[in-house]
Amino acid sequence: MPIQFRHDVDAVLKEANQQKRPVLLDFSAAPM
Amino acid sequence: MWPDERVVSFVNENFIPARVHVKDDAEAFRRFGDKYNALWTPTILELDSDGVEHHRIEGFLPNDDLLAQLMLGRAHMDFKQGKFPEAEKRFREIVEKFPNTDAGPEALYWAGVSRYKSTHDSTPLKETAQAFSTRYQDSSWAKKASVWA
Repeated sequence: MPIQFRHDVDAVLKEANQQKRPVLLDFSAAPM
Repeated sequence: MWPDERVVSFVNENFIPARVHVKDDAEAFRRFGDKYNALWTPTILELDSDGVEHHRIEGFLPNDDLLAQLMLGRAHMDFKQGKFPEAEKRFREIVEKFPNTDAGPEALYWAGVSRYKSTHDSTPLKETAQAFSTRYQDSSWAKKASVWA
């Protein structure tokens, strides 16, 4: 099962702050 | 990229994963690329819950090296947040599981520092220097630890 990357980074950062959870941010050129 | 089940599990257990694609998310790629000074792909950042960068992986890595680097970043995050026992556990896990990656000697060094920060006893630093006398002798981390011998 692949990683379920999210693409709304603003929403992820907000959620991370609320949940006190780290974020992995991948800058990618790999085929989607 | 990201084909390895161990990598998938580690990421899902430790992070909220987000991706900006250079073409498909071009506006976000520019905006967050500027914010975090990410000018190349792949670039992987480990951010704390406040969005502060703690670790950066630039360029492709084989699975073992990638996982070791991801673990290293997560350990550094605990260390910088003063969670020294947790950080030490994470650093030692890297040394145990991925001794032949570039992360190995760095993790050995910081495991000793983490123990010292937990105990305020210099013995772990001396033990770390001794450990470097038998492994990773040519690494920059061995040189850094040599002062503790």
